[in-house]
Amino acid sequence: MKAYKIHLAGVGGQGTIKVSSIIGEAAMKKGINVVMSELHGMAQRGGVVTTEVKIGDAHSPVIENGDADLIIGFEPAEILRSIKKASGKTFVIMNSARIVPFTVSLGMSTYLDNPSLIKEAIKKFSHLYIIDAEKLAKRAGNIMSLNMVLLGSAVAMPGFPLEREEIIQSMKESLPGKTIGINLKAFDLGFERIKNM
Amino acid sequence: MNVDKILTGKKEDKLFLLGNEAAVRGALEGGVSFVSTYPGTPSSEIGDVFSKLAEKAGVYFEYSTNEKVAVEVSAAAATAGLRSFVFMKHVGLNVAADSFMSTAYLGVKKGMIILTADDPSMYSSQNEQDNRIYARIAGVPLLEPADPQEVKDLMKFGFELSEQIHLPVLMRTTTRVSHMRGIVHLNDVIPPKGKGFFEKAPSRCVPIPANAVRMRKELLDKLIEAEKIADGTQVNKVYDFGDEFGIITSGGAFNYVMDVVKENNIPAKILKLAFTYPFPQQLVKEFLSTVKEVLIVEEVEPVMEKEVLAIVGKYKIPVDVYGKLTDTLPRIYEYSPDIVKNGIKKISGHTIKKRRYLKTDITLPIRPPILCAGCPHRATYFAVKEAIKKLKLKDVIFPTDIGCYTLGIQPPYEMADYLLSMGSSIGTGTGFSHATDQKIVSFIGDSTFFHAGLPGLVNAVHNKANLLIVVMDNRTTAMTGRQPSPSEPVNGMGEVAPEISIENSVKGIGVEFVKTVDPYSLAKAKEVFEEALKHNGVSIVISKHPCALITDAERKKKNIWMTFTINQSECTKCMVCVKEWTCPAFYVGKDDTVHIDPLICDGCGVCVQVCPEKAIEVRK
Repeated sequence: MKAYKIHLAGVGGQGTIKVSSIIGEAAMKKGINVVMSELHGMAQRGGVVTTEVKIGDAHSPVIENGDADLIIGFEPAEILRSIKKASGKTFVIMNSARIVPFTVSLGMSTYLDNPSLIKEAIKKFSHLYIIDAEKLAKRAGNIMSLNMVLLGSAVAMPGFPLEREEIIQSMKESLPGKTIGINLKAFDLGFERIKNM
Repeated sequence: MNVDKILTGKKEDKLFLLGNEAAVRGALEGGVSFVSTYPGTPSSEIGDVFSKLAEKAGVYFEYSTNEKVAVEVSAAAATAGLRSFVFMKHVGLNVAADSFMSTAYLGVKKGMIILTADDPSMYSSQNEQDNRIYARIAGVPLLEPADPQEVKDLMKFGFELSEQIHLPVLMRTTTRVSHMRGIVHLNDVIPPKGKGFFEKAPSRCVPIPANAVRMRKELLDKLIEAEKIADGTQVNKVYDFGDEFGIITSGGAFNYVMDVVKENNIPAKILKLAFTYPFPQQLVKEFLSTVKEVLIVEEVEPVMEKEVLAIVGKYKIPVDVYGKLTDTLPRIYEYSPDIVKNGIKKISGHTIKKRRYLKTDITLPIRPPILCAGCPHRATYFAVKEAIKKLKLKDVIFPTDIGCYTLGIQPPYEMADYLLSMGSSIGTGTGFSHATDQKIVSFIGDSTFFHAGLPGLVNAVHNKANLLIVVMDNRTTAMTGRQPSPSEPVNGMGEVAPEISIENSVKGIGVEFVKTVDPYSLAKAKEVFEEALKHNGVSIVISKHPCALITDAERKKKNIWMTFTINQSECTKCMVCVKEWTCPAFYVGKDDTVHIDPLICDGCGVCVQVCPEKAIEVRK
């Protein structure tokens, strides 16, 4: 199977690695090859975090520029930082909630207001899906389930190679029992939001 | 995935493992009995997993004080008849180098693997050194796995190889292999051996010059034997997609080569080497005789490329060799599919379709890593800065060290001026104190202090340096994922262990000014720092407070959670909290109003002491 390539962009602490490994485990269970790259260490302290997953025929876990099938953007500025992974064919999910780094309040850098960022994303990406994952996570019962909202929306994307039930099974196996209710609800809210677009 | 599966998984099971997790399974399948390390990214998760599984697996595991000690304990174990595994980040091997070199001379009785996790592109390191060169300095066989499956398989292979030629084996991974996840097919675990027995043989185990001259010769003989194995082994493979264009590659670089060759239908013949030192001359010679041009794809230095050129020269093989030395590929940073593609494209006759990608011109905010909300280091830096301000000291030098606190380099603190390596802040501080008339404040963490700070301290005291050393004791090795430090009453196996007192240690060395403060009490800490700065000679302040990640976890467990908020009617928008304290929970909203994000606030409450208007209060 030609590899389906997913790039996840976010900020340390948002749970990008968890989303990637749930997808990876589900692919393995289905009997499809999967490779994934993640970075640990200093970058996790509020810095930029990207992970990549390739499902299908692939050896390297790194996606070529312009070759991502799907970008799951946990933060608007981080999606644009990862823009070179995308081409006109790439599907992009954009969480519209911003995380403003301390460099902005110290006057060392600037963060465009949300409408300008979203305008830029609309201009660049041909297949853009904007969702307020933070709001949906709160609705699910805990803002920390934001990553599961985005996982749900990813599974609802045209061309996503794994079934909803397969991902849910993988979530049940890798998330702590006491949070599973909220996480499944978050997943559903993300899934439905995309399906209804 | 439950970590236990790395131990309990059965033959023919498959797991989705990190390269580092696969190393653990590989060691267990290779019958490892003895494991040691000092944590360092990108190798840290190997220790995290052993720390959880060692007891259940019946394996001895320790976090050693530093990498040199880690190599020493494992070398002794392998000599006493236990298969041993020691791992570290690439620069850790510099610390271990002295003993590492000698293990090659002495050799081992049972298998010993030394894993070095290199960090091309320096995601979490101070340099990009290529430790494949260490295999050549020491004279030990080198293995380079490409993915988690191969990491696992080469562990067992490595133990067997090590025993066959009685040499320790070096395994080199890179960040992208250690932190890559892939499907790993399991095999049976070989149960460990409880205890070994050391048979005395001083002529083989003590490299006094009379013995060393013989050992050197024996080492070279072993390497000749090893080269024969490298020439014939199945772990070095050819992937033949036809044609007279060859690629020789190893480690993580192989993955990029395969993807680029397959996706673009490039008619290439790929020699993938996993056993790369001694370099398999005969195998490579035969391969070169079947191609007209060859591209060497390796991360970081042109190590194999030079080996290939030597073979081409020695045997006068008519083949064009491309790589870093021909500027076909870069000698810097980790590779990617794009870099490999560009390299292949540069060789005439190989055209590959260009892939278009999107770009943006908008300016994005800089997002460097930052000390967490509630981090005690922030409070320490704040208090030291206030003390310096109070005493009106100018041009203070801040030698720093390796740990989360190196992030003190960021504004507004900017209290990291000079850094060489683990433990260096005390040595460099001593140097600055003798070389200048400036005031010196060296910062060092608890784990780093024990790792390599102690010899520097003995030197500082004995050579009458004048400096303040701040030991930032956050009760853990925080940056690599909170592994235990010798100052904690617990060891790597999770057992209760003697807590090494920093205070007693430094007093024993003869430091006259030694005080311990809790940086969360800013005023008191500031007072002590002032006193220490006035002291002539070596002064030490131990700034002791647990890492915020530890206290967060404890509070979560007890379900006690408190956060702070700003009373807007008291706030004068002076911005001290935003611009001088700079906790990531603070943000500036509409009309310059300051707010605390309750999701990021850790509830440490130190900001209450920072606010000049007393406008910060508990959120109700």
